[in-house]
Amino acid sequence: MSTPTKTHPELSAVFNKDEQRVNWHDETLWWIRQKRDKSAHSIPEWEILREKASQIKNNALANLAEYLVSFEEKAKANGIIVHWAADAQEHNQIVHQILQKHGILQLVKSKSMLTEECHLNEYLEKQGLEVIDSDLGERIVQLAKEPPSHIVLPCIHKKKEEIGDLFHQHLGVAAGTSDPQILTEAARVHLRETFLTRKAALTGVNFAIAETGEFVVCTNEGNADMGAHLADVHIACMGIEKIIPKRKHLGVFLRLLARSATGQPITTYSSHFKKPRAGQEMHLVLVDNGRTVQMGREDFRASLKCIRCGACMNTCPVYRRSGGHSYHNAISGPIGAILAPNLDREKYADLPFASTLCGSCSNVCPVKIDIHQQLYKWRQVIVQEGYATSSKKMSMKIMNYTLSSPGIYRTAGKAGRWVLKYIPFAVNNHFNPWYKQRDMPEVPKESFGEWYKKNVK
Amino acid sequence: MKRVGLFIPCYVDQFYPNAGIATYQLLKKLGLDVTYPTGQTCCGQPMANSGFEHLTQNCNQLFVDNFAEFDYIVSPSGSCVLHIKEHLHTEKSAEKAAAIRTKVYELVEFLVDILKVKNLKAKFPHKVGLHQSCHGQRGLLLTQMSELVAPYFSKPQQLLAQVEGLELIDLKREDECCGFGGTFCIVEEAVSVKMGKDRVKDHQVNGAEYITGADMSCLMHMEGILKRENSKIKVLHIAEILNAG
Repeated sequence: MSTPTKTHPELSAVFNKDEQRVNWHDETLWWIRQKRDKSAHSIPEWEILREKASQIKNNALANLAEYLVSFEEKAKANGIIVHWAADAQEHNQIVHQILQKHGILQLVKSKSMLTEECHLNEYLEKQGLEVIDSDLGERIVQLAKEPPSHIVLPCIHKKKEEIGDLFHQHLGVAAGTSDPQILTEAARVHLRETFLTRKAALTGVNFAIAETGEFVVCTNEGNADMGAHLADVHIACMGIEKIIPKRKHLGVFLRLLARSATGQPITTYSSHFKKPRAGQEMHLVLVDNGRTVQMGREDFRASLKCIRCGACMNTCPVYRRSGGHSYHNAISGPIGAILAPNLDREKYADLPFASTLCGSCSNVCPVKIDIHQQLYKWRQVIVQEGYATSSKKMSMKIMNYTLSSPGIYRTAGKAGRWVLKYIPFAVNNHFNPWYKQRDMPEVPKESFGEWYKKNVK
Repeated sequence: MKRVGLFIPCYVDQFYPNAGIATYQLLKKLGLDVTYPTGQTCCGQPMANSGFEHLTQNCNQLFVDNFAEFDYIVSPSGSCVLHIKEHLHTEKSAEKAAAIRTKVYELVEFLVDILKVKNLKAKFPHKVGLHQSCHGQRGLLLTQMSELVAPYFSKPQQLLAQVEGLELIDLKREDECCGFGGTFCIVEEAVSVKMGKDRVKDHQVNGAEYITGADMSCLMHMEGILKRENSKIKVLHIAEILNAG
């Protein structure tokens, strides 16, 4: 199941070799976090909205089966063809079969993190189909043959000069172009051509309404609409947790989503899809891929409330300084770090540790997921299941031995301070990760305990 | 008179006794009956945050044995206090552990919420940057958090405002994490150091002579970076400033 990959500390150490880039990445995302703050603070009832959204999602998850059945029934009645996929493989096969049925070899896609999670592009390309991502950021990372590094801002790790180089190579833009206006124009011409010639379009789903069988897709570029409205076949793919009970609940989420994501009051396009237009076929694929397993884990169930706004990434001081690719998973950042171990504990055992547990993620989360608490809980599960390194296990056992007895603790403390004072090179060397870029604390002449004994008792 | 048990975290005991001494002296000055139970070691947080909470039973039992008799338990470390509040459990003395979880206080919250200190009579004529340690701020709610839409308050600022001559500097990012994070500072060395460097720089460019806070561990991490950079900025635990002059 697992494929060997570098861990978060290794990948972020590589990212940190270019400090200027780290600064720029950090500042860009912090700027978005500040836009989010400004936008949130302009809504006096912000915290009430968050609580409401959280409660609606709790209700949706608690009654998921009923809502899904109701949604399927309504969607079918509206003329949508509904499919169910147990896992990524099945999801990919279903999409492939729909395209095969129509003899379609080219697919235009509007950003869907679910298809990233399922590695749909890779799968379809292996079957000889061409997939073009139509959101600008997605298209850029696709041209660079990289996965997105952020769920809302997929190419946030790339500078405009690098994008210019990519467009020079692939879209015929003049070498050395870095003017965003010219680059955007070039992308627009290229994508218009794509929209006009593709017969099938795939979109994600932000919200699916159990009451009416309709679904809503939120984009800033309108690409989902362009793809879906021009294509003969519209395929929408959603994780089963995207269900909300009623249409009236939508307002709560639309107010929270874009403000949390980018600080905008609302996404530029919030497109409602209810039934296929005359002559069009509309498919909807409902995907589980580990979600019901996560539902069964009480400690981690709340992670399924996520509406994919990316606010936790923008606020995360670790994400900002390690980049999305260091999380080696489709969904990066704090939320990715609690979703990924559900899919593969061994491969993602490092992610719950890629956090200082500062708690900022939980505070910005528009649906109040206890992200940092879940990170703490995953750490316990991962260690209990045996995924800690043997050196870590050993050092923890020694720590436990030392701290379990006041006598041993005092002796060890004294010995440690003696070593630091008289043979500092025993600790001040490259085997000590603390010392690499930080000085060790100065050694005091006595511990607090020793002072207390002398001066108080 | 109510009895206060002084909980001095292991690394403060070993490396920053002055923070412990200032805490003790400050509480004595305020007329309290303070005792340091000498059998204490550590709250167990380094193990628990590393995923080894199951190894902390002995630490937990020791903590209960040392502190159960007190009316209040006070410590100069938000992070250790939060750990006790959230995770202190023992099989043998479950009730005592539950009671401890409700009577353990970080020093600043104890001074503000319990003692309601209004006039500290301290003096520290310097420019000071306040580092909001995450566990104190977001865990113990010592200060309102920039992410939430809610009225502002700050318990450490309330106390620092009582210190004569102290000038609190403004920061660009007032509650960003410093990157210490317990074993995070070792496991994720590269990111931890970068976070620390950025945190320190915010204080530097805003003219701090001292960086203070309610958690010595964050200050230890920032001190390590400051020293490596040969910076003149010093770190001091908030107890040392509140006890100064």
